[in-house]
Amino acid sequence: MTTQLFTALIGLLLAVALMTALAFGPVPVSLRELGIWSMHWSPMTLPELPRHVAIVLGDIRLPRVLMGLMIGASLAMAGAAIQGLFRNPLADPGLIGVSSGAALAALAVIVLGNSILAGFMATFGFLALPFAAFLGALLVTWVIYSIAKLTPGGSQVTTLILAGVAITAFSGAVSGLLTYLADDAELRSFTFWSMGSLASVTWRDLAIAAPWMSISLIGFPLMAGALNVMLMGESVADHLGIDPDRIRRRVFVLTALAVGAGVSVAGMIGFVGLVVPHLVRLALGPDHRALIPLSGLVGAALLVWADILARLLVAPAELPIGIITALLGGPFFLYLLMRQTTEGIQHD
Amino acid sequence: MINVAQLSLSKGGRRLLDSISFQLSPGEVVAVIGANGAGKSSLLKVVSGEWSLQEGELSYDGEPVQDICKQDLAKRRAVMPQASPMSFPFKAWEVVALGRTPFGLNRPARERKTAVERLELTGTAHLAERNYTALSGGEKQRVQLARVLNQLLSSQAKHRYLFLDECTASLDPSHQHQVFQRVRALTSEGIGVLAIVHDIHLAAQYADRVLILKDGALLDAGSVRDCLTPQAMVEAFALHTHRLSHPEAEWPLLVARKNPLVAPQPVPFKSADVAAG
Repeated sequence: MTTQLFTALIGLLLAVALMTALAFGPVPVSLRELGIWSMHWSPMTLPELPRHVAIVLGDIRLPRVLMGLMIGASLAMAGAAIQGLFRNPLADPGLIGVSSGAALAALAVIVLGNSILAGFMATFGFLALPFAAFLGALLVTWVIYSIAKLTPGGSQVTTLILAGVAITAFSGAVSGLLTYLADDAELRSFTFWSMGSLASVTWRDLAIAAPWMSISLIGFPLMAGALNVMLMGESVADHLGIDPDRIRRRVFVLTALAVGAGVSVAGMIGFVGLVVPHLVRLALGPDHRALIPLSGLVGAALLVWADILARLLVAPAELPIGIITALLGGPFFLYLLMRQTTEGIQHD
Repeated sequence: MINVAQLSLSKGGRRLLDSISFQLSPGEVVAVIGANGAGKSSLLKVVSGEWSLQEGELSYDGEPVQDICKQDLAKRRAVMPQASPMSFPFKAWEVVALGRTPFGLNRPARERKTAVERLELTGTAHLAERNYTALSGGEKQRVQLARVLNQLLSSQAKHRYLFLDECTASLDPSHQHQVFQRVRALTSEGIGVLAIVHDIHLAAQYADRVLILKDGALLDAGSVRDCLTPQAMVEAFALHTHRLSHPEAEWPLLVARKNPLVAPQPVPFKSADVAAG
């Protein structure tokens, strides 16, 4: 498949997803109303549009859709970059524990913000939550990489995944403990952090998280050429004039930004970073110059569709979006594992 | 010219290289030989700039290596590794195109054309569209050589150098000679080659000079004729050889004797051990 055709297809899928996500829900919105609304923005100046429709679209559904778009895109790009860096198609920010590290850090700030971590809160104000999630994600990325480095032969798949399992289990346990410690009635539930949800996203959340994600959305595509070379190993990258240490640092920071910001507003949404780059690689090959931007596009479309399903499947209730992505990603991961064992894809 | 003077290297408290000095001129092939663990790979990693210089001097055409940035260095020298595994299904020509990384990539159509030309140089143009991960070990190495040639031949630098890290070990004899003839042909373009070679015959046939390493130090250096002697084989490899003359060429042939191994010193036998055992 050519890159152009693929891009057009996914673009179409994304456009339909955006319209569907805006139109469907407890408050029905007709396509005509959607059309009128999208021509204008302000709810005050539209006599032909009921006010409550304008508010539902502008204040509830739009920030939610935009957030889904950005989280999907940045998680998928992070997955593509991490897989390239580890030279391993099974790496994923969720699987290797980065998301759970971010979730734990975010939760710690919420629960301990007015006791142990009061100083941290005072220093970073309303940015404390995403910043803590960023630090948590960065720490786990670094730990995982150090562990991978220790094993002879580098980033062995089993080492990475097992380390991820351990970190996820541990942060899950501590997170669970924290939610029990919390007496704040408004504290969002453990389910929110472990399964993810876009249900409560507001413009304020978007304003806080979007700038961080934007850095990674711009930064990842710039790493594409270097990541191609890194696929041949760090020595070869060095021989070709690329400093592997610098690339590694940048990918870590960008991943932590993407995952940290996403987790701080929407909890852990798994498997996007695993599934999406795979699909794109199957269609277009492993060249990161196409893989990274198009993974972003596919990730955005996937997450918006997953959010639509999360809202519709058990309406009027809502599923955590992480359940949808895990339903998709779990079997897919098993399939990849089986394929890898039968075909013996090499790892060095 | 690459100038190496009093180069030493220690890692983890072990001295891997011990004050090595030599020069590599554009247009010559220098073979590095020595037993396993003699420091050949370490020497290559330091001289090619992959490992940073600890002690001694290293300069490329008069410029100290510390003053050359990685990208500039990549325009002056290329390194052919022992093996290059890859877990993602790039096509062979895409792997070759990566060789142009230091020079910035062109439009895909042009990259592909150049890459196929380089593949032709190593007799692998027919593999261009094949999945690199599915190639045999020998095919991979020849595609990698094309990638390395792509890097070297794209460069406008006045003097260029090529480092080979025992890259023919996985090739059959005919492909080994094919690779070395290609490498030999590069010297006419003023490219200097430093090659780690395990096969003494290949070194004898294709190198102008040899460096013999032992325990991290330079045992001997000089022309193939002067250095490849049975005496040197005993000192460097603990191997007894006969030196024969080639029926049609001037380079020496060193073939293993019937009882080739230099006997290790027998461990003194203690009767007390027997009694205890």
